[in-house]
Amino acid sequence: MKRILPHPVLAGFLLILWLVLQQSAGLGHILLGGAIAIVASLAAHAVIPEPVTLRRPLKFVQLLVVAGIDIIRSNLAVLSVLLHPRPRPTAGFIEMKLELTNTFGLAILACILTATPGSAWLEYDREKSSVLIHVFDLVDANEWARTIKARYETLLLEVFQ
Amino acid sequence: MIADLPLWLSILVSAGVLAGALLTMAGCLGLVRLRDFYLRIHAPTMGTSMGGGLILLASAIYFTLTQQRLVVHEIAIFLFVTVTTPVTLMLLARATLFRDRAAGFTATGPDAAPKERPEVAD
Repeated sequence: MKRILPHPVLAGFLLILWLVLQQSAGLGHILLGGAIAIVASLAAHAVIPEPVTLRRPLKFVQLLVVAGIDIIRSNLAVLSVLLHPRPRPTAGFIEMKLELTNTFGLAILACILTATPGSAWLEYDREKSSVLIHVFDLVDANEWARTIKARYETLLLEVFQ
Repeated sequence: MIADLPLWLSILVSAGVLAGALLTMAGCLGLVRLRDFYLRIHAPTMGTSMGGGLILLASAIYFTLTQQRLVVHEIAIFLFVTVTTPVTLMLLARATLFRDRAAGFTATGPDAAPKERPEVAD
């Protein structure tokens, strides 16, 4: 089973994506999508040797909801700064240590921080396991680091590690 | 097809598209108006997150109601955009960091404000 399906999470995700794109859950689409998903996940195995495990899927859904709310709030915050005739955001860099080392967890954290207009993931240092983030409207760097840890990292640790 | 839609729904869908488009435009104007590279990378994100999201949501509502079936490929568009944006962003940001460090501006410490970094004319 492991030899045919090295990445069950990825294959299942690809099958769902295929069905969404085809706008149909007919038998033909499921068979074709399943075949594509298996071939693609076999190909991905050469690039991603480590297994993808979603420890607690419900926590993952919670993470998506939390991130969605934060993205909306950050959009409005950045918009209010930009609406000023002379926008003067107090921008700054944060360098913070992360406990999270799982590649997929880091990738998802990078996606969330980049999709939030108020913050951008610039660089990750694997040796120091620290990340450099640029924040659009920085008031307190420690406060920001604490927020990222509390809101996203703890959830990602539970899901991926 | 438009005539089939009740008035309040047409208003909802148009409001979604308009709000999304305005947010995207605000982001693009921000890209022009802000003063340095690190600030400019933030503004267009409004278009790829909430701006695009609102337009896609309105599109999903409209086509689900007019075609009488669930239309959700908008979710796939949003997913692809969200997953691919960090790739280009990191590429650009790390190139800029590399150039700044090579030029001797260590603007990346927690205390260093980016305004200490002189304007680069290019």
